[in-house]
Amino acid sequence: MTEKVFTKENWIKALEGLAGTYRIFTPVKDGDFHNFKSLGEGKGPDFNFQNTRLSPKTLIYPQSERMFEYSLDENDSETNILKESPKDYSPQAIVGIRPCDAHAMRIVKLNFDNPEFRDPWWVQHFESTVLIGLGCNEPCSTCFCTSVGGGPFNEYALDIMLYDLGKTFLARGLTEKGEELLKKAEGGTPADSAAVKDAEILATAASNRINTSVPTDKLKEKVVNELFDASFWDDVAFACINCGTCTFLCPTCWCFDIQDEVLGKQGDRIRNWDSCMFPLFTLHGSGHNPRDQKLQRVRQRFMHKLKYYVDKYENGVQCSGCGRCVRHCPVNIDIRQVAEFMNNY
Amino acid sequence: MENPYLPYPVRIDKITTETEDRNLKTFRFVFLNPEDEEKFAYTPGQFAELSVPGKGEIPIGIASSPTEKGFVAFTVNKVGVVTNYLHNMKEGEVMGIRGPLGNWYPWKDMEGKNVIIVGGGFAFTTLRSSIIYMIQPENRSKFEDISVVYGARSPGLLLYRDELAEWEKRDDINMHITVDGTDDPDWKYNVGFVPTVTKEKITSSENAIAIVCGPPVMIKFTQPVLEELGFPPERIILSLEMRMKCGIGICGRCNIGEKYVCKDGPVFSLAQLKEMPGEY
Repeated sequence: MTEKVFTKENWIKALEGLAGTYRIFTPVKDGDFHNFKSLGEGKGPDFNFQNTRLSPKTLIYPQSERMFEYSLDENDSETNILKESPKDYSPQAIVGIRPCDAHAMRIVKLNFDNPEFRDPWWVQHFESTVLIGLGCNEPCSTCFCTSVGGGPFNEYALDIMLYDLGKTFLARGLTEKGEELLKKAEGGTPADSAAVKDAEILATAASNRINTSVPTDKLKEKVVNELFDASFWDDVAFACINCGTCTFLCPTCWCFDIQDEVLGKQGDRIRNWDSCMFPLFTLHGSGHNPRDQKLQRVRQRFMHKLKYYVDKYENGVQCSGCGRCVRHCPVNIDIRQVAEFMNNY
Repeated sequence: MENPYLPYPVRIDKITTETEDRNLKTFRFVFLNPEDEEKFAYTPGQFAELSVPGKGEIPIGIASSPTEKGFVAFTVNKVGVVTNYLHNMKEGEVMGIRGPLGNWYPWKDMEGKNVIIVGGGFAFTTLRSSIIYMIQPENRSKFEDISVVYGARSPGLLLYRDELAEWEKRDDINMHITVDGTDDPDWKYNVGFVPTVTKEKITSSENAIAIVCGPPVMIKFTQPVLEELGFPPERIILSLEMRMKCGIGICGRCNIGEKYVCKDGPVFSLAQLKEMPGEY
């Protein structure tokens, strides 16, 4: 296990040095908030953030992704025959991903990479990515990662973990992929025991700072149809305006739509993130819609995350506790409270 | 890496208009690459995504039987963007098929049993596949009595009329064709709703398994008839429809509880459905 200490300036330089081998993505201050951007694309990296507005989900699972291309030209010998769109699977590194967002990728992996079908695009994007986590010295008030199997310095799901020690970063290699990147990163010095100890103190202090506890222990034993018919869904759904912000921001929401787009005689088959909050999501060709009511859609989102996923995969809940949906819901629907309703029902 | 979203290219070999309102057409497809036909090995009850480049994909039950070689067939109702376009396509044009997808009727459980098939309207497609499959000489002895109740609103809306007439003549399958109503004086089959005819013609649930496919209202009124006959929910088999995209249980839209209709279905027993949220 490699442990190196970089001054913050040297860390940026090291990333710049790695940019020839990896496509590097880092948090960048973007107006009032931070988001992941490609290194060298305008503003420089900024590691002073609580969490990015959007998780880096789109770097593994693009919000809009070309699947196939085809010609609609009748004179073309291969008219109407779909060809896979070319992709860039060269190595990429997501630097500064929070442990919850990396955990989310593992939650989602069970869907995209299952024993029966492997989603070729998700799997290949994922496999070409090195996840360099940045532990959370100051978790947000809405964070509840510790309730769902994570933690502000949880190294699970990461290739490298960064500890922000003030003037320096301690970088710890956790996987072969991570070790390989650290070997190529210039300008660091081997970590001494004092730095390692500082890192441990930091991690413990951060964990103690998360005081939201969300109960999920009884979800598995609940009878699905009893939860489905529970009366609290009326209250949960009452204020919802079906805006879809929660599903858009959620690092574990994976639903997508497939659409064909045509320009002239050239066609593309594209997949786009979709949302169970929208009635069109389930509208049949016949006009029938099994989820035409707002309540049904709100219930679907929470039941999927906190019951269906739990039953199907035996891998805990489909939530990494990042708290984005809590912070950004315009009507203050709170998944922590819904989990409590469900768990205590 | 294998790509489960990539359709096999096919040529439209034959188009047949099935109903007098011209809303239902059967499309026969031939694979452009002969080896794809082997990869597309299917079992009656399964479906596929028909892929019309420039328009999109639609999940449609396979109407042909695996015992029919050299082509696959689908009967398509004209309802939306893709189906309207498909209905105007011509024989010889190239498009795609992705599949086979989903599960199938419980053929292993059906062996040695009386098979009761109850179908309504244009939901008869995978039932046609099943009947053709069962009456093949190499398969017929695996099943006991085969009874079919099939109805449509009027004679002109019945699918596969030539085949229905042929099956009527056979003595190894009991056909009960019906229409809701007709003013045709020469109509020689039943008149009445499917649940009513089922009640008249099917007299026993002994050693029997029932497959029911049709519009929701037909299913709703057929279910009590079968239960009265003594069919336990495990032996009432239904095939569901749902809006689908990926067809392989990944895109997330066709779930009922934790089950995806595209991958865990479309075939479910009534016993299974009773354990699942009633959201379909």
